Amino acid sequence: MLTLLAYAVLGIFTLGFLRRIWIYARVPAPLVIPTTPAPVTKMGVVFRLFKEVAFFESLFKGDKLAWVGGYAFHGALAVVLIRHARYFCDPLPAFFAHIQIAGILAGIVMVGGLGFLFLRRLLIDRVRYISSPSDYLMLILLLGIGITGLAMTFQFRPDIVAIKEVMSNLFSMSSASLPLASIGDVIFIIHLTLVGLLLVIFPFSKLMHAGGIFFSPTRYQVDNPREVRHVNPWAGKK
Amino acid sequence: MADYDVPEIPEDIETPCLEPGTMGHVKLYPAVDKHMEPLGFPPAKVENWEDAGIKKLGDMLEKYKSLQVYLDICVKCGACADKCHYYLGTKDPNNMPVARADLLRQVYRKYYTAAGKIAPGLVGAKVFDQETLDKWFTYYHQCSQCRRCSVFCPYGIDTAEITMAAREIMDAIGVGHKYTTEIVAKVHNTGNNLGIPKPALSGTLQFLEEDILDATGHDVRLPLDEPGADVLLVPPSADFFSEPHIMSLMGYAKVFHQAGISYTISSIASEAANFGMFIGNYDQKQKIAKRIADQARELNVKRIVVGECGHAWRVAYSFWNTLNGPFDHLDPNYPVPQHICEFTHDLYQKGALNFDKEANDEYSVTMHDSCNVARASRMGPNVGGQFEIPRALIRATCNKYTEMDEDTIKEKTFCCGGGGGLLTDELMDLRIKGVLPRVTALKKVMDGNGVNFLALICAICKAQFTKVLPMYGIPMDTVGGVHQLVSNAIVLGDRKGII
Ligand code: HEM
Ligand code: SF4
Ligand code: SF4
Repeated sequence: MLTLLAYAVLGIFTLGFLRRIWIYARVPAPLVIPTTPAPVTKMGVVFRLFKEVAFFESLFKGDKLAWVGGYAFHGALAVVLIRHARYFCDPLPAFFAHIQIAGILAGIVMVGGLGFLFLRRLLIDRVRYISSPSDYLMLILLLGIGITGLAMTFQFRPDIVAIKEVMSNLFSMSSASLPLASIGDVIFIIHLTLVGLLLVIFPFSKLMHAGGIFFSPTRYQVDNPREVRHVNPWAGKK
Repeated sequence: MADYDVPEIPEDIETPCLEPGTMGHVKLYPAVDKHMEPLGFPPAKVENWEDAGIKKLGDMLEKYKSLQVYLDICVKCGACADKCHYYLGTKDPNNMPVARADLLRQVYRKYYTAAGKIAPGLVGAKVFDQETLDKWFTYYHQCSQCRRCSVFCPYGIDTAEITMAAREIMDAIGVGHKYTTEIVAKVHNTGNNLGIPKPALSGTLQFLEEDILDATGHDVRLPLDEPGADVLLVPPSADFFSEPHIMSLMGYAKVFHQAGISYTISSIASEAANFGMFIGNYDQKQKIAKRIADQARELNVKRIVVGECGHAWRVAYSFWNTLNGPFDHLDPNYPVPQHICEFTHDLYQKGALNFDKEANDEYSVTMHDSCNVARASRMGPNVGGQFEIPRALIRATCNKYTEMDEDTIKEKTFCCGGGGGLLTDELMDLRIKGVLPRVTALKKVMDGNGVNFLALICAICKAQFTKVLPMYGIPMDTVGGVHQLVSNAIVLGDRKGII
């Protein structure tokens, strides 16, 4: 049962994500529309996108508060995700012993960043106006994941050994059931459920910005329309 | 003139609190059948417009990557919200770029996403009904397609793309805007947006030649339809008839004269502007631009030079090659097309032109970057040339130059408030409020640095500023073209023979 569910969630996430990316990649861009000044070479574009993904460059220009909260959240999320590999790897590479502390810190920063973004969304009239319920719920969902994670780290330790076993059983497709002997174990089930929910929502929501950013014509296109003729694949067809 | 409510000019550009509905009253004249039909649009609102509109949206999602990606990935961070001059000037929340885009996004969600079908309330999905359409018509005609929002968006979401798509959908169901469709119809009939027929055009050019002869003693020509010239010059048609545009036209003519490069204007392609862009219609964009490509062939020129016009330069620089290229028959030593500023600057650098800066000593100049030049094109080989080249020309022709606040120039420039097909009287209230951020920055350098000349490279900017600046108490003759300064300073006489 758990195995089935886990594979369903992963399936929806992976296929859903790939399907969106496939659509983004396939739909043509009829005209050259980079927001200028734009790079005039492909390498320049790679650099531009790198700066967007690694530093949120445009957001930094646009909105310092969103940048602070967003950068804290995303940066911490990245570290937390890397640290999570320890629950799946056996034996554990030595590398993970070193990032233990950084990982725990990142958890706190992530929750802090999310809380900040939530307050910002609630308090700034412009941002409140453009928010749908889903925008708040998304933050609440991530907060839920972060808080349950921190709770397990600091207070209610679940049965990690048992969980790790369940996880490796998942991979070998044998049946498994989670431990349910302490508060920690319950919290873990909540944590896991929320993550599952996030993964299912991912391909159908604005979370697709994580892949979509690479398909934004104003950012990925090279500014060379006079030198290289850009061909519109549907020109002349009805 | 009607009474308009002209805001106070604040010390600094301020982000206002929201005041819902301040611009909901704005009514545009709907397009009529005689303008819609020639463009291939239904003459009036079609019977089953809801379905037709939704279907059109579906078609466009398969044709425009920008639309598909941008409708999906906005995270509602609000970084763009306070970047739009129309929001800053009107306080109307629907003029925040993300809110404007949401008007279409809501419909997209409802009909083209699983989340919107299952839980419309949760993700803000809405049916395409009369109320939604009214909002579209109102607020997609309060966007000048200036792209300032896209500079600050973490994903480069360009609300101009959404606006164009919405206007295209509305045209497809027979709900057009009179001003823009009328102009597109005109350009097909007469060759230019103003509807100037050939005899009138040729009369004007002759008159200008005499004018220049009287003023300078030099026989500077403004040739019309002369095959075999080296260059086809394509100015915006306002350059032929309106002040101060006409002064720039004289500037171009003097540059050609002094450099000894033969050129011609074409009566059929007597308009650089391309309102196909404003209505968002690819076929019209292509058709309007094709007049120019055809004329270049017909008149057997070697190069094409485009006059001072912002969106025209975007279309020419970014789209021509795709729409009507390749231009193999033209001289490969020069980019196709060339901007008049590139052309003049290039000659100046080669030493073919001399300027007497003192001729402009009455002016203390600042430069307004036009949106479409700044954020949607380039000049010269270097990144940012669209900022440097016009400035280099101003510095070469004037002694006194001041920049406005850096958050209001170059890629962060504020729209004049009249771009994107909004340069019409029924939108005057919007135009007055939309110019507020620009006026605020301008006023600062006028008061603080004695600036008295706003140099432009766009016909729409010129028309808009000459109309709205006086309402803020800024004299009309503050406004002029970069080639007006060139025209004043250029030293006519012995040629140096450098081409
Ligand atoms: C390529 C990877 C990614 C990039 C470049 C990226 C970038 C951004 C940026 C620039 C923002 C806007 C600023 C902000 O509010 O934080 C944002 C917002 C957001 N991102 Fe990401 N992101 C990425 C991956 C992810 C992933 C994997 C998740 C979640 C699992 C995520 C969740 C969110 C959420 C929930 C928001 C909205 C924050 C709010 O409501 O204010 N992002 N992202
Ligand atoms: S393109 Fe310009 S006018 Fe349109 S929403 Fe963006 S900032 Fe406003
Ligand atoms: S800046 Fe971009 S992602 Fe943020 S709200 Fe505006 S359009 Fe959406």
